[in-house]
Amino acid sequence: MARHVAVVRFPGTNCEFDVVEAVESLGGTADIVFHDRDSLGDADAVVVAGGFAHGDYLRPGAIARFSPVMRAVREFAADGGPVVGICNGFQVLTEAGLLPGALQKNAGLRFRCQMAELRVETTDSSLTRSSTLGAVLRVPINHFEGNYTCSPETLAELRGEDRVVLRYVDNPNGSVDDIAGVCSEERNVVGLMPHPERACHELLGSTDGRELIASFL
Amino acid sequence: MTFDVVVHVSLRPGIADPQGATIERALPALGFEGVSGVGVGKAISFRVEALDEPSARSLVEDLCQRFLTNPVIEDSEIAISSVAATGA
Repeated sequence: MARHVAVVRFPGTNCEFDVVEAVESLGGTADIVFHDRDSLGDADAVVVAGGFAHGDYLRPGAIARFSPVMRAVREFAADGGPVVGICNGFQVLTEAGLLPGALQKNAGLRFRCQMAELRVETTDSSLTRSSTLGAVLRVPINHFEGNYTCSPETLAELRGEDRVVLRYVDNPNGSVDDIAGVCSEERNVVGLMPHPERACHELLGSTDGRELIASFL
Repeated sequence: MTFDVVVHVSLRPGIADPQGATIERALPALGFEGVSGVGVGKAISFRVEALDEPSARSLVEDLCQRFLTNPVIEDSEIAISSVAATGA
């Protein structure tokens, strides 16, 4: 318990302080690591925080993936370290090829900013180790490009290998198979569109994000 | 040689295109009837120095694959023309 987390920040990232706050409220420590760094320090876990990295220019995550810090994230992931991409961080990880698929614009043409209910579909991932299979968690979403898509082959692989980590109970954005989060083959890299760091205090309307953050602490 | 390049990026069939859909819905209100299949993409233009057109094209294709498009959701079309050497 109480491990050290590197929170990656690109120009345009805006959720890094919420992640630090959430980690510290659970007894961990956290440092913000800027995109031009080539080391993550002595981190035990990495969070790629949400926001609009590089202004979302070209595509969300497209430019961020070439940042020096991403080489360190890639190595950290290859060594089996837990890496969690939240919202824009999920988009960055798919662009970087650390997770399969892509996030397209929401079905229904709307930016979605609301509470979402998520069902825990596997507890074998760095984000859900502290959760209960089948539990429903209330965690907010806040995105325009959160509609998860992938090839039919990739979808079959994700399902067959139990790599869909979280599903929406009531799909808000058109994601294929109601997918809210997926993990890598090694199960240590996880991406999700909802914001668990914004569901860590009663004042925020839910504390269900705590068990997700606690999973990698 | 110098080449002018324009890469047209479009969303693959089946990928949500809110901008295209919104434009299409607005057209009747503006009095434009009979317009359908509106799609919004982007055009990225730049210049490339290369030995010849095939090598320019291969460089641009690599650039498209690795950076300018996300092949999961986007297609690209490449237009290349050589820049006339004027006094150089």
